[in-house]
Amino acid sequence: MSDPGRAQVDSLGEMPPPEPAAAAPTGLPVGQAKSMFQLGFEVFIQNKLAIVGMVVLVLAVVFCFVGPLFYHTDQVTVNLLTTNLPPGPGHPLGTDETGYDQLGRLMVGGQASLTIGFAAAIIATIVGTVWGAIAGFFGGLVDAVMMRVVDAILSIPILFLLLFIVTIVRPSIPVMIFVLGLTAWLVPARLVRGESLTLRVREYVQAVRVMGGSSWHSVLRHIMPNVIGTVIVNATFQVADAILLIAYLGYLGLGISPPATDWGGMLSNGTAFIFTNYWWLIYPPGILIIVVVVAVNLVGDGLRDSVEVRLQRR
Amino acid sequence: MIGYILRRLAQSILVVLVVTVIVFILLHQLPGGAARAILGPRATALQVAQFNTANGYDQPLLIQYFRQLGEWFTGNFGFSIKLNQSVSSLLAQRLPKTIVLSLLSLVLTVVVAVPLGIYQAVRRNRTFDYVATGLSFIFYAAPTFFIGIIMIEVFSQNLGWFPPEAPQSNGVGPIFEQFDAMVLPVVTLALLSIAGFSRYMRSSVLDNIDQDYVRTAQAKGASPQRVLYHHVLRNALIPIITLLGLSLPALFAGALVTESIFNFPGMGLLFWQAAQSSDYPVELGVVIITAFATVAGNLLADVSLAIIDPRVKL
Repeated sequence: MSDPGRAQVDSLGEMPPPEPAAAAPTGLPVGQAKSMFQLGFEVFIQNKLAIVGMVVLVLAVVFCFVGPLFYHTDQVTVNLLTTNLPPGPGHPLGTDETGYDQLGRLMVGGQASLTIGFAAAIIATIVGTVWGAIAGFFGGLVDAVMMRVVDAILSIPILFLLLFIVTIVRPSIPVMIFVLGLTAWLVPARLVRGESLTLRVREYVQAVRVMGGSSWHSVLRHIMPNVIGTVIVNATFQVADAILLIAYLGYLGLGISPPATDWGGMLSNGTAFIFTNYWWLIYPPGILIIVVVVAVNLVGDGLRDSVEVRLQRR
Repeated sequence: MIGYILRRLAQSILVVLVVTVIVFILLHQLPGGAARAILGPRATALQVAQFNTANGYDQPLLIQYFRQLGEWFTGNFGFSIKLNQSVSSLLAQRLPKTIVLSLLSLVLTVVVAVPLGIYQAVRRNRTFDYVATGLSFIFYAAPTFFIGIIMIEVFSQNLGWFPPEAPQSNGVGPIFEQFDAMVLPVVTLALLSIAGFSRYMRSSVLDNIDQDYVRTAQAKGASPQRVLYHHVLRNALIPIITLLGLSLPALFAGALVTESIFNFPGMGLLFWQAAQSSDYPVELGVVIITAFATVAGNLLADVSLAIIDPRVKL
């Protein structure tokens, strides 16, 4: 997940010629910012795969959050009379081992997966951006210490850390959001710190300093707008990572406690029936995880392209 | 160069120290402290106090930390009451198996992903490239356990080619005697990294293919094969070294999941069972070992990069 940022830093480093010319008219930042956004948006719109990803994501959200309004199922009471029914009338995707309707359960589980994925990504992005910005802005010893902390946590495989934490706290949706968010901020922190370090010494930022602009001015007006693109792209990939991680935890039996569930937990329950061929308990949640994660990644790739093009045109 | 390696080594030692601080903090986050975790919820206050005095948990935190640090560096990771065995002897049994599993899958990854990425780059935007890119997107988004389940269903249950369970032997040697049982775990673990590596390799070759030095080589009359294998590949393979180092945490996490699917008694399975039974000494020992391995792997990758690539002279 760190390659998008690296690719962007590279592309920044490879195109010094147009920079001084573009940096000269610092007097019109407002119009420039708008056209930058428009440029990026145009590129994104032209990327068919990214649009497909976007549509799939919207459909998934509608399915999980609007679906239950029209398709009513009981996802709390265990019904032992209707366990493990194959798909048929009344239960389009059958029922699971405790008698829950599988289609309705996919909606409920999807709510958990999507909510945790997006919320954790937002927390991780905010924490990481602040951490990286402070490190990059102050530099020196502060930077060295803060980045060694990031290195240290990054060297502990995140799944191990998460498994340890969920044995201490009882997992629920808010707890999961918090825990995932607070373990996933490392990559955005590195990206933001790296970006602000490279940007700090770029000609147009130094020009601001020479002209007497305060360091806050350069951070807010010149560094942040450039960092935000990278951060948003990374946030997209964070969503995909978080959805997968929550699925892993669910599979390992340390996810959200029943009767609540997520797609990973559902898939985990389904695996118990692999030798009895209850395919409706295995493939629907598995395929939904893949489809949503692919969609998120497609949107992320599209955003990355548009951010890069936006930066190159400057 | 020596200076770079020394600086990189000092940085790694610092990171390892920060890791030990983090693990120490985790140890003190246990509900009721280490005493409750080991003695159980029904221990009396007196017993807890006795345990704390006996193990030095009543001393100031700083002293506790340095004592703990000394123990860790002399290879003493505590004692698992649940398994009635010292954590270091457990690790000595289980770690080699995880290393065998991870190494086999890394070898498979490189053997498949590098040629695949090159072929995709050479025949870019043709049918094969599209199909391979699509597949890598799907495998990149698929949770390892879902792939593992499908593997078992298809190759073990339906076709009967491979056993569904990994070798259960105690030593490393017998793993190779039952090699057919290792096929599914190794392939499962490798698929995710093949997806990531081949995408990386493809873009790395594409980045190099329109560099000036390639045009020079072509102008000098080198055959396309010679340009590809002698000029492009040499440069395109360099990022793979860094990628190998960076992929270690993901590999360990993948090994945890793979081991739990195929019931392979390695370090991952040990950790998972410890997480389920709240066996904290084992959990912390595994976390420290994986973090050390990751730091060492990254150091190794960076040093070999500095030796291979003369441009690295930071």
